[in-house]
Amino acid sequence: MGLKLKSKPISELEYIKWDPEKVVYAFSQGNETCAESAVLAGCDFFGGYPITPSSEIAEVLSRRMPQEGRVFVQMEDEIASMASIIGASLGGARTMTATSGPGFSLMQENLGYAITTEIPCVIVNVQRLGPSTGGPTSPSQSDYMQVKWGTHGDHPIIALSPSTIQEVMELTIVSFDFAERYRTPVILLMDEVTGHMREKVGYPRQEDISIFTRSNELPESGDYKPYDLSVKSGVPPLISFGEGVRYHVTGLIHDEYGFPTRNRKEIRDWYDRIYRKIDNGLDRILRYDLYNLEDADTVIISFGISARTGLEAMIQARKKGRKVGMVKLLTLVPLPEEMLKEVIANVDRVIIPEMNRGQLILDIERLNKKGIDIIPVNRYDGEIISPGDVLDAIGGC
Amino acid sequence: MMERFDVRLAGLGGQGLLLAGLILGHAVTIYDKRNAVQTVNYAPLARGAPSRAEVVISDGSIYFPEVLNSDVLLAMNQSAYDEFKSQVKPGGIIIADTENVKNFCQSEETYKFPISKIAKLETGRTITGSIVGLGIISIITGIVTPSALTNAVKTRAPRGTVQTNLRALSAGLSAMEK
Amino acid sequence: MKRTAPMFQDYLRPDKRFPSVWCPGCGNGVVLGCILRAIHALDIPRDKVALISGIGCSGRMPVYADFNTLHTTHGRALAFATGLKLARPDLYVIVVMGDGDAMAIGGNHFIHTCRRNVNLTAIVVNNRIYGMTGGQCSPTTPSDLIASTATYGNIDQPIDICHLAALAGAAFVGRSTVYHVRELEKIITKGLDKKGLAVIEAVSNCHTYYGRLNKIGRATDMFKWMKEETAPITVVPEKRKGKITRGIFMDKDTVGFIQHYEQLVEKAIKNMEMLRQWKKKRLGPDINAKKAQVANNT
Repeated sequence: MGLKLKSKPISELEYIKWDPEKVVYAFSQGNETCAESAVLAGCDFFGGYPITPSSEIAEVLSRRMPQEGRVFVQMEDEIASMASIIGASLGGARTMTATSGPGFSLMQENLGYAITTEIPCVIVNVQRLGPSTGGPTSPSQSDYMQVKWGTHGDHPIIALSPSTIQEVMELTIVSFDFAERYRTPVILLMDEVTGHMREKVGYPRQEDISIFTRSNELPESGDYKPYDLSVKSGVPPLISFGEGVRYHVTGLIHDEYGFPTRNRKEIRDWYDRIYRKIDNGLDRILRYDLYNLEDADTVIISFGISARTGLEAMIQARKKGRKVGMVKLLTLVPLPEEMLKEVIANVDRVIIPEMNRGQLILDIERLNKKGIDIIPVNRYDGEIISPGDVLDAIGGC
Repeated sequence: MMERFDVRLAGLGGQGLLLAGLILGHAVTIYDKRNAVQTVNYAPLARGAPSRAEVVISDGSIYFPEVLNSDVLLAMNQSAYDEFKSQVKPGGIIIADTENVKNFCQSEETYKFPISKIAKLETGRTITGSIVGLGIISIITGIVTPSALTNAVKTRAPRGTVQTNLRALSAGLSAMEK
Repeated sequence: MKRTAPMFQDYLRPDKRFPSVWCPGCGNGVVLGCILRAIHALDIPRDKVALISGIGCSGRMPVYADFNTLHTTHGRALAFATGLKLARPDLYVIVVMGDGDAMAIGGNHFIHTCRRNVNLTAIVVNNRIYGMTGGQCSPTTPSDLIASTATYGNIDQPIDICHLAALAGAAFVGRSTVYHVRELEKIITKGLDKKGLAVIEAVSNCHTYYGRLNKIGRATDMFKWMKEETAPITVVPEKRKGKITRGIFMDKDTVGFIQHYEQLVEKAIKNMEMLRQWKKKRLGPDINAKKAQVANNT
């Protein structure tokens, strides 16, 4: 017993240089904050289609983007929104779209395209009850599996999930960095409550933010391979269209130059590389906050809005002398499996509050080699989980 | 240090409750330098449907963002009073608009004001009733300073309504004297 | 305008991707040739051209051309192109689609791209059938004709691409055929030079499926059909009766989306200045105005 694990907070990435003198505090809504943070992160292009409960993101950006001389365009649907941000990204823009369940379902087609062609973009999904029209104004966390496997075919992806408005701000900025750095779509997974609640949030200045930027530099050999297999990191640099290198981009499985291939080895190597690039980046990609694990026999593992409930329950349980710890996942996909394995190996039981019928729990159970108790706390009626629900699961409080 | 103070503003759409919640949260965080979380209950209809805004105030971190039982309930109509009076913490208070809440039961400490009437008299618009309510909450509970509220109204009230809302606020702040 | 014949190898990727996937006698090669000659005539550097396609026979066209080339998903090419063009207004963005691509699965994108009047050149290669996948029925397959998914004859009405484009707001709309090569080339050249959206329908042939299933014959027979069953818009309507009209149907002066957006940016910046002054006046000197202002902006 006795876990020595350390948090991997967002601040460790040092994308934001906080100057206490220059921080501007606002009482800001999640969706508005996401939009403002995208502007701060240097988002050049937003293509979207309004949908509750994410519409405020589009509304704010329709006002803010033109003020900055950047592009806001309302597309005809979410399929086109996703296509437009991929096209713009290929043109060198930092791009984002925002949506909710039904729209996210429509985006899956071109999300797969962005994964296959390795074009950076950020997709915000403010979750609501589903499937179908579901509950437009009701919060949910039931898109966890869709984020991982919504589009067809084998693929890696990155998804980040904020639980406070400050995290909305910071993770929006991180999303743009990860998208460019790993040439992948990044999903910022919010929910109706995080989208609509207001909280105090500190904003840095634009000049205090430094994230990954495309260099657009030709390799010395002059031979540009947009899908170079030999790059050690697994991420060949992306040169934007119009920068003097004329190459081909296709959703077909392609060779190193981007042309369609049916060569078995090239196909296999391509899949292996797009997984390798994420695996190589895990140390940076995996972000989580850990609380009171040192002496914990019971650990709550959660994300997003349910992580706040988890923390409240942990504090109340501690007051009653219960040894409860907490894992708050900021990076949801990929999961920090090594850390979770170690937690599971050292505690008696794990409690997983999530606003669905049990999705994250399936992935945690996979890691449970020791066979400890894994207790779900599920709520799927459009209300968030209350601390009492989690305390009941802890028992004896 | 105050750990957690829950405020619930409840009534009907069109009574300005969402704006009041926003102004309270803004005042507390930006001018009183505390923490606050404001959540809203979205109804598909803007006017006439049940509406409420809830604000959690603390000097420390706020984890659970929603209000379960409140320290203050501002009840702007009868159904809000009926629904939420039982969800007031022991020692908590209810502030009721006697223009719209007629049937009271003897339970929690209840402060009764003709809020809508005050609003109508001061500003000519009952929609400012929630801002009158904020003034009353400030005086009775001290959870937010009058100056913070004044500044928050100035920054957050929609264009063209600042003076109206300031009049409503000062009517609320002086309602106890009458 | 350059009128010299282009060196095709300057615009193609001959070392990598030939022979093409197209059947001998296919009109897709003619359309590609027209595009290359139009680019050459306007003297547009290859680096400044983006050739975008959807899925289908025409979708393979970008592979062969030495530009910035993008082969997108079925029906979505215009939406990708919209994003690219708005991010890089300096690029000439040419979109090549098939009739199934542009009118069926991409029909909505087509209408809205016309409405938005984005500065793109959209070329619809209309062979009236899904050629690549085996001759299935498309939105431009004429009524009663046979397709592999219309075994007893097509029960739907065909869509008129040019009519739809003009109604939906495209700045420039023209039609020719792969038989009338010079005319097609001329229309594409005009379209490339247009502010706003240019839609060009290139009537083409699929003798492999459309011609065979409907007993029209081989490629040469289909070219003959294009020659005989079409008429230029310049002749009197009686002589065009029952035939497909060729020519330019719409050519209006518009600013196009890009310039329109620039005007919007100017307006937004001006409004921001006005808002700033208004807030300064409203907030008065007694509070920490600067912080509050920024806070309110968020």
